[in-house]
Amino acid sequence: MPEANPTVAEQFDDRQQQRDAATLGMWTFLATEVLFFGGLFLAYTVYRHFYYDDFGAGSKRTDLVFGTTNSVILITSSLSVALAVRAANLNNLKSTLRWLVVTLLLAASFLVIKGFEYHKDIASNLVPGPNFTPTLPLHAQTFFWLYWAMTGLHAVHVMVGMSVLTAITLLVWRQRNLPAKRTTIELAGLYWHFVDIVWLFLYPLLYLVNRHS
Amino acid sequence: MSDARQNYLSAGDTVKSWLLTTDHKRIGILFLLSILFFFSIAAAAAALMRLELLHPQGHLVVPDTYNKLFTIHGVLMVWFFLIPSIPSVLGNFLVPLMIGARDVAFPRLNLLSWYLFLTGGFFAFHAVILGGVDTGWTFYTPYSSAYSNSHVVEMALGIFIAGFGSILTGLNFIITIQTMRAPGLTWFRLPLFVWSMFATSIILVLATPVLAITLLLMGVERVWGIGLFNPKLGGDPVLFQHLFWFYSHPAVYIMILPGMGVVSEVITCFARKQIFGYKFVAFSSVAIAIIGFLVWGHHMFVSTQSLYAGLTFSLLSFLVAIPSAIKVFNWTATLYRGSISFEAPMLYIIGFIGLFVVGGLTGLFLATLAVDVHVHGTYFVVAHFHYIMVGGMVTAFMGGLHYWWPKMTGRLYPRRLAQVAAIILFIGFNLTFFPQFILGYLGMPRRVHDYAPEFQFYNVCSTCGAAILGLGYLLPLLYFVWSLRYGQKAADNPWQATGLEWKTTSPPPKHNFEVIPVVTEDPYNYPPLNDYGEHEHA
Repeated sequence: MPEANPTVAEQFDDRQQQRDAATLGMWTFLATEVLFFGGLFLAYTVYRHFYYDDFGAGSKRTDLVFGTTNSVILITSSLSVALAVRAANLNNLKSTLRWLVVTLLLAASFLVIKGFEYHKDIASNLVPGPNFTPTLPLHAQTFFWLYWAMTGLHAVHVMVGMSVLTAITLLVWRQRNLPAKRTTIELAGLYWHFVDIVWLFLYPLLYLVNRHS
Repeated sequence: MSDARQNYLSAGDTVKSWLLTTDHKRIGILFLLSILFFFSIAAAAAALMRLELLHPQGHLVVPDTYNKLFTIHGVLMVWFFLIPSIPSVLGNFLVPLMIGARDVAFPRLNLLSWYLFLTGGFFAFHAVILGGVDTGWTFYTPYSSAYSNSHVVEMALGIFIAGFGSILTGLNFIITIQTMRAPGLTWFRLPLFVWSMFATSIILVLATPVLAITLLLMGVERVWGIGLFNPKLGGDPVLFQHLFWFYSHPAVYIMILPGMGVVSEVITCFARKQIFGYKFVAFSSVAIAIIGFLVWGHHMFVSTQSLYAGLTFSLLSFLVAIPSAIKVFNWTATLYRGSISFEAPMLYIIGFIGLFVVGGLTGLFLATLAVDVHVHGTYFVVAHFHYIMVGGMVTAFMGGLHYWWPKMTGRLYPRRLAQVAAIILFIGFNLTFFPQFILGYLGMPRRVHDYAPEFQFYNVCSTCGAAILGLGYLLPLLYFVWSLRYGQKAADNPWQATGLEWKTTSPPPKHNFEVIPVVTEDPYNYPPLNDYGEHEHA
């Protein structure tokens, strides 16, 4: 079977130029994303400085088991997506599909666990507002506001990443033309690594404050 | 492309061929029409404000309406006119042409950015129709998030959505300039307009997401009453100001850098000279973009910011004047011994330089801590930033439109009338805003619908100036529309200018060039002058 030539869009001279443009485009987009989350990280820094003890008290009420399990799952999904990219570069269709599906399953289990965790948080009155648990100091509310905002925004990104990966998996599975999708898979992988890296910052900042005392 | 008469305008005349176009030139035209709509509403709001201020007590509108007028004016002018003005209209049209490419790197994203702009614009416009917003364009918390009784959330949503359009435009330009230059077109052979668009795009991509998250947090605080900025909830309102100005000060450079790019193109063409100090002008754009990210704290000299932070921001704000001054000096040096002709674009651009110098230098007054305490929140600030945004960016936008109009439409506008319009704009602008420097220095606060009677003289001057300024905008609108039908057909290069955009037909074909050009020379390679100031005939 001759290697199918991926189409080059009309505005580009050749494949290489198209590939360069797409890759730089994804990196630029990720820079945008970093600054989008940056506002929340700045707010976290400021308020943790203001309300140091309350943040510690709030953090102790997060669920360490759920949080840690999810961290392990996401790091593993970074590995599986990297293996999918590698398999695509080696032009191994079956292996590419397998690792994409593994990544999707890991991502889905992350969301399911997060859902159980949110359910538990709501049941323990950890949502800021009038029903916020009275057993915590006042400004633990600010901590939990940031907890919901940051993990919520991250979860949205997980869902976006899952949709992208699902679409790619279906396309690869149906078209069976791996070279045409190689760049796309690589860039989706980049995005997925970004989603994981955000979580690697969220986990210590939200779950591990003041756990030692 | 076999038919030579086929151009991007005649390549399809159905509504669908426009609404689903991925041609960067058509998207530029779509943006031009859309921002004109928002400009008209925002200008009408300004006109009402100026009429109200004719009299110290003001009898035209109630105070609440006045608050809404200046908010509408600010929001629409900043986000729905100035920010997309040169980048999305001229930038979209010209960047691929100038670098010898067939289109931008991501044509569909380019179209999406227009739809995002329209969707955002719809929400903003809807908020205006429902009754407007009274927070000022800055949405300071906790007023915006807790106390205002106006349509804050819908307006913020509009800006939020339009912001993603800005990000996509910036992203597209960065990638296009980086990866799609024609053979031989090295970085230092790029037209300076392209350099300035590159610098602008860096700001669009890195600053806009911060505004997005800030408005999102503000909106959530308003809707659910839980949040980060209201002191009642343990929040810090100054954090909102920091986040807001981390975007909005660099945004000022989104609103001036593209104008500076236009100046470099026009001034070389009508002085028939190579630009003086190409690399300095090019890198000063990048320097402005970078330093511009480090000066936002000068908006908070009187907002409980620490003295040391104030000192640092003051110093950094002075620093950003250096690359700006480099540009002005280099443009002036370009004029020296040039063979200058005062066509309409050149008149606008000469006006730009003068007005930008005034706006820039008064910016230094405001960056000085002690002076700022005196004039903060007065008309001095209003005059200063209008000299930059209107005197600078809008004048440059008009200059750019006049310069590239023949390329965009294939038609010429009446020359004399255009020169008259440029002069009217300059006079009207100065009469409107110079008195506001005096008013501010004397202590008239901004954003207030009435004032002490001794300020009336200057306010009447300002309102009269606004009427003249309005004429200065109306005239070009009329003869531009007229020229579409009755204007003389334009040659491919009516100004005898350098640059790849002039090497293709007017209007350009759908894919810009019959054959992708190969670049072998530096930009602005105008023939040298002999000792008598005439062009040597090579």
